[in-house]
Amino acid sequence: MTAIVHDQVDERKRRFLIVATTAASAAAAGAVAVPFLASWFPSARALAAGAPVQLDVSKLEPGQQVTLEWRGKPVWVLRRTPEMLAQLEKNDALLADPGSKSSKQPDYVKGPGRSIKPEVFVAVGVCTHLGCAPTLKKEVGAASDMGKDWPGGYYCPCHNSRFDLSGRVFNGSPAPTNLDVPPHRYAENVVVVGEDAKGA
Amino acid sequence: MKKLLAIVLFAIPGFAFASGASVHLDSAPVNLSDKSSLQRGAQIFVNHCLNCHSAQYMRYGRLTDLGLTDAQIKDNLILTGDKVGDPMTTTLAPKDGKEWFGVNPPDLSLVARSRGSDWLYTYMRGFYKDPAAKSGWNNTVFPNVGMPHILWEYQGDQSYKADEHGGGKLVLDRPGKMSPAEYDRYVGDLVNFLTYLGEPARTKRVQIGIVVMFFLAAFFVLTLLLKKEYWKDVR
Amino acid sequence: MAVLNKPPVTGAGRMNGILTWVDQRFPLVALYKSQVAEYYAPKNMNFWYFFGSLSLVVLVIQIVSGIFLTMNYKPGAETAFASVEYIMRDVPGGWLIRYIHSTGASAFFIMVYLHMCRGIMYGSYRKPRELTWIFGVLIYLCLMAEAFFGYLLPWGQMSFWGAQVIINLFGTIPIIGEDLAIWIRGDYNVSDATLNRFFALHVIAIPMALLGLVVAHLMALHETGSNNPDGVEIYETMDPKTGTPMDGIPFHPYYTVKDMVGVAVFLIVFSAIVFFAPEVGGYFLEYNNFVPADPLATPAHIAPVWYFTPFYAMLRAIPSFFNMQVWGVIVMGAAVMILFALPWLDRGKAKSIRYRGTLYRGFFAAFIVSFVILGYLGVEPTNIWGEFPKGLPVVGGDYVATWVARVLTAVYFAFFVLMPWYTAKDQEKPVPSRVTF
Repeated sequence: MTAIVHDQVDERKRRFLIVATTAASAAAAGAVAVPFLASWFPSARALAAGAPVQLDVSKLEPGQQVTLEWRGKPVWVLRRTPEMLAQLEKNDALLADPGSKSSKQPDYVKGPGRSIKPEVFVAVGVCTHLGCAPTLKKEVGAASDMGKDWPGGYYCPCHNSRFDLSGRVFNGSPAPTNLDVPPHRYAENVVVVGEDAKGA
Repeated sequence: MKKLLAIVLFAIPGFAFASGASVHLDSAPVNLSDKSSLQRGAQIFVNHCLNCHSAQYMRYGRLTDLGLTDAQIKDNLILTGDKVGDPMTTTLAPKDGKEWFGVNPPDLSLVARSRGSDWLYTYMRGFYKDPAAKSGWNNTVFPNVGMPHILWEYQGDQSYKADEHGGGKLVLDRPGKMSPAEYDRYVGDLVNFLTYLGEPARTKRVQIGIVVMFFLAAFFVLTLLLKKEYWKDVR
Repeated sequence: MAVLNKPPVTGAGRMNGILTWVDQRFPLVALYKSQVAEYYAPKNMNFWYFFGSLSLVVLVIQIVSGIFLTMNYKPGAETAFASVEYIMRDVPGGWLIRYIHSTGASAFFIMVYLHMCRGIMYGSYRKPRELTWIFGVLIYLCLMAEAFFGYLLPWGQMSFWGAQVIINLFGTIPIIGEDLAIWIRGDYNVSDATLNRFFALHVIAIPMALLGLVVAHLMALHETGSNNPDGVEIYETMDPKTGTPMDGIPFHPYYTVKDMVGVAVFLIVFSAIVFFAPEVGGYFLEYNNFVPADPLATPAHIAPVWYFTPFYAMLRAIPSFFNMQVWGVIVMGAAVMILFALPWLDRGKAKSIRYRGTLYRGFFAAFIVSFVILGYLGVEPTNIWGEFPKGLPVVGGDYVATWVARVLTAVYFAFFVLMPWYTAKDQEKPVPSRVTF
């Protein structure tokens, strides 16, 4: 007589227990995988380094621009004058994408100003062409050294890309799209770059 | 042989209690689910400890564990120009610390894990006046400690009266702003916070653990039934 | 191309097609049959036989958790301690991965010690399984090296001073000792260089050796077949009809479902430690290791982690003779190396303790007790039991614990050295021809 006798086999019970144990093992394996997979998400250090940055815009003089660092990139905060805003309305004919249809910006910035508060322009200061840093040429006309028809804007020294004071790219520039507008919101006068406006 | 295994298995945890400390330590009132105690402890910590000691492995932002919002942390607990995501560092330069106290004040992130909560609770209540010590203060559990008694205004002045058996006790010579019971509670909150600080994930660890134990208990029953069913074949 | 003419597996369907394709090129079905489904194991293996498969489970746990720890750990005297705390606090789920690894280290030794204890008890090292035993002892040696190298990595006070003490043991070897210790450290003190080489050994070199040895251990085992609590060879009583052992049952499904029960119980204990007491009162994670390594301040009491303490207690108990410290190191090394000789020291007819006489049982019990008490003494300071009164001859003024450790060291060695004598002389019970079930 061998050691194995199949005379008391309850096939249904066996099948049920095999399915149940296999399912429980699979669930356990899945649960164990969670902390291991989660460990690949950004750590608290990375999150802190990429945390939203803040600036009190009421302290900016009209026409003044401050550069913040957010997630390793420069972010401009420019307080535009009424004259600058008026000029933006007239730029459409010169622009490649005046309505910012193919450009990266949150839904809650619209129109020629591309901003939440009309006078405060927030943008990622990285040229959409090859990633250089454009410089601010805010004066209209020859004062900016950009020729007498210059309507005020940004100029990228690498390959001569030009943008207006809403970061919209002018026709004839190598940059394919307007400058990116990062997610941002306001807490009264403080702009918080890196967090979406509520209800957006 | 099962008996032997049982003896071995039960003897191992027994060892943990065999090594008794030579100094009596008072039991610290640690309760990590008491959020208001932890919040008070955090406030005491940033007000009194963080001037000289750092907690460099802890980020201010993590204090949301204690039921605080980022804004509350920023307004009440960040006394320096740090951001919410920054680690809790101190402005005291290590060189100055060494000069003033004889040793650089150690980082306190893990002090509750290396020293134990009870030790900290006894230590913070065990300072006494000692003219022979450099700072004027000595301590029952940390002889010749470098740190002066920073909470003396609250506790008052104690002195140490040795008895003939080699032991001794602390006597309150001049009361402080707090009654002894109030001071114990104050230090208790601080030690509770330091215990949290040593292992911020502890509460979560225990919570997950309970779920895991229930699951494994069910898994054990399943495997046992499966084994019994199959082993009916074996004669 | 004779291989491709192997008969296809019976049955139809796409899976079988794939299986046939694979099987014509790789002996998948044959391996499965010979190693699992038609590997016949004795039907009377009891709970002691869980610890082998559980050791394998812990090995997998350690490899997986270790891989994920290396993703955030930074070897280096300036970075190691902080990176461990970074894992514990800033990395999502990092604390759990680290506790799994730290608990796994101790769990590995518990499983392996119980597995070895089983092997000794039931005579699993005896002919024809000598090589299985020897591969096993090599695994144990690798495991000790792995644990020692790994313990330096958190770069806490106990990491640093533990490594310091162990490396200095090599310094006690006459003539070459000093240079050898410097060579191991790569510096005049345990330093960044030491940490980096230990890291390389811990994550690459030793694990590779360990895996190879585990495969060899299992191949040797499956060549001879498993022993059992009766120490009876099941392949000596075959069923003439089926050609399989009368007392053997297929490993799968019978031992796979049984081992799963063992795994479930193990996971309950393991998880209870990970989630509710990862420090285990300072035995799995020592309190002083939460203080960063400081080469200028030794902690008041240094003890190795519990799994090394029986040997550490022996080391401390041996005094220096002829002005040389090396004797303790020799005794400690011999205590491990003597395990290799075990298959040739045993002269008993019975393999299993079940059929041995009182002599063997007495020596075995004394051996286990001495090992456990030595383990306890190795954790504690030598003054734990006080001193003998000054006036006593020989022992006067010495620590009691030191002399207890000396006696127990002698007991430990007596189990091995006297084995050829007491196993031959023992009044053994008759060994049955079939297993008891």
